[in-house]
Amino acid sequence: MTGIRVLIAKPGLDGHDRGAKVIARALRDSGMEVIYTGLRQTADMIVSAAIQEDVDAVGLSVLSGAHMHYFREVVAGLKARGADDVLVFGGGIVPDEDRAALVELGVGEIFTPGANTADVVAYLTTAIQARGSRRL
Amino acid sequence: MARSSRQVVASSGSCAHRAYNAGMKPKEAWLAEEYREASERVAERDAPFETLSQIPVAPLYTHEDMEGFDPSDKLGYPGSFPFTRGVQTSMYRGRLWTMRMFAGFGTAEQTNERFHKLLAAGQNGLSTAFDLPTLMGYDSDHPMALGEVGKCGVAVASLADMEVLFDGIDPEAITTSMTINSPANAIWAMYLAMAQRKGADLAKVGGTLQNDILKEFIAQKEYIFPPAPSVGLVIDTFEWGPRVAPRFNFISVSGYHIGEAGSNAVQELAFTLADGLHYVRRALERGLDIDEFAPRISFFFNVHNDFFEEIAKFRAARRIWAHQMRDVFGAKDPRSWMLRTHAQTAGVSLTAQQPLVNVARVAVQALAGVLGGTNSLHTDAFDEALALPTEEAATLALRTQQVIAHESGVASTIDPLAGSYFLEHLTDEMERRTLEYFEQIDALGGVEDAIEAGFFAREIGDASWLQQREIDGRRRLVVGVNAFEQADAGVPIQLVDPAVVDVQQRRLSAVRSERDGAEAEAALGALRDAAVSGANTMPAFLRCAHAMCTLGEQMDVLRQVYGVYQEPVLI
Repeated sequence: MTGIRVLIAKPGLDGHDRGAKVIARALRDSGMEVIYTGLRQTADMIVSAAIQEDVDAVGLSVLSGAHMHYFREVVAGLKARGADDVLVFGGGIVPDEDRAALVELGVGEIFTPGANTADVVAYLTTAIQARGSRRL
Repeated sequence: MARSSRQVVASSGSCAHRAYNAGMKPKEAWLAEEYREASERVAERDAPFETLSQIPVAPLYTHEDMEGFDPSDKLGYPGSFPFTRGVQTSMYRGRLWTMRMFAGFGTAEQTNERFHKLLAAGQNGLSTAFDLPTLMGYDSDHPMALGEVGKCGVAVASLADMEVLFDGIDPEAITTSMTINSPANAIWAMYLAMAQRKGADLAKVGGTLQNDILKEFIAQKEYIFPPAPSVGLVIDTFEWGPRVAPRFNFISVSGYHIGEAGSNAVQELAFTLADGLHYVRRALERGLDIDEFAPRISFFFNVHNDFFEEIAKFRAARRIWAHQMRDVFGAKDPRSWMLRTHAQTAGVSLTAQQPLVNVARVAVQALAGVLGGTNSLHTDAFDEALALPTEEAATLALRTQQVIAHESGVASTIDPLAGSYFLEHLTDEMERRTLEYFEQIDALGGVEDAIEAGFFAREIGDASWLQQREIDGRRRLVVGVNAFEQADAGVPIQLVDPAVVDVQQRRLSAVRSERDGAEAEAALGALRDAAVSGANTMPAFLRCAHAMCTLGEQMDVLRQVYGVYQEPVLI
């Protein structure tokens, strides 16, 4: 066990869950504790789940083009509930221009189609160790 | 001795063939001797010698692999049972496949403009992408629609949007495909109402409705109601369609999304055909005549990277369907035996890294679709792993089809790869493995029960996990992803104007305030009555469309009657 807890979430109406499930499985295989929300989550539902499950990171998977909306809402929701130390990262169809805007919001890495799952594991491990796990 | 016996053979009349065989050792001996020797000098590459569906691929296929192969049983002629070589007699020598590019984004006005440009560029059919709120049955001003309006397709919330979308397009002259599932009945009714208001004769209006809810439960997950009433809505179109709009394919049974969800080609083929057969069973239970509805069932498959496996998939699909329809269900009309299909190159195979390389992937996939005998084709644009396609990228994708059609020569003769030792072996293998899956699904109690048991989700999840592991572990190389990487210069992308939400909301408010409120109420009441009583819902949907009821209002009525579905969460 790495002691790292991660919530993988599918916000909004998009049902394309191949990526979310593959990443959830890869993180779990690497020893992290992974909670997957399932489909059709609102930003509020995701923020509540992140707080209840006391996770270190929230990964949002969005392929519908609605990423700016959902990342903004989840980051704001976590902040409003005093959980802005939770790392928000993500994956999906996200153009470079939007990635820059997401970084400004305080969002971590965004993985696009073709990303290697080992890179996702390595990124999370390093990023969370650098911040310190929320429960250690 | 050997010399004299060969002379006897040579004079026996079938000299060429037998002398040729007599001089050839058995394949096994060749593999054990010459091939092994060669492999000792130059070792086999360290590559997975199996298809993407894990069908083993031998170093060589010969006539020995065709033993017992009876062309009249396995192939037939094009346009004849079992249609392995294609559903039309003259195939592409008569008419090329329909080049049908999927398009839709932003407002109805913007998509209408793109439609006119595609038609001017030489495309001969339209294909509509709807946005997620529409696909999920929400009006553009519903809270769940926030951030999603016009993003991955066009928003259509009422007949008013539909009329703008097809402005200047003659529904009797241009066939239109609509990618819509859970709200398919309502959207189809809006399309037909639009055609009626233009004075069109519904008997002359052609097109295709996707309307395949089973693959939504299995793969794409854009469902609203539970499986049983959802399938009931589909069967309403089977019953009503042939009588009212007989040129419309009221369903396109889709493997495309099963492939996109990460399945392999065998799973895509097996699950799609199982879905098709499930609808046929349900329609027969309704008391419908198979030869009345079956000729209008159409299909939609993915074309992924594994060239020969993909060609085999299309050929096997036609053969399996023909046998099932004739031999299992007893259809009499040859048109009921024909599997007509659309194809689209694999979006899931596109990479965000070095996006221009996707042009090569799409060309190879499109060629496989054509060699597989598809009836229509969409080619993906190279920038779709980044955003919706730009106009330039979409045009290049259409040009790729035109190069295959007019420059490569592959359309000059029908099913040119028939008789290939390897391809016929793969076609047989796809068929055999599909029939095995049919048995597994039957053992679970059929498609609806298998969905609720999570069977498809597990099968597809395992296959996509395996593919990802192979790529991550560099057992399979993907150019630009885990091999031959280089920094990208970046490509221009298509952005959706955020003003789309305002345009949509204004039009919705106008619709709600200007329509005859009493008639809208009455039409929604008629829809509720039909849903509750189990009567065919299509007449009520058509009335709702003309009464300017919104999509959200109609789906809310059904949400109350049928309930909404939540799938079990599985990783």
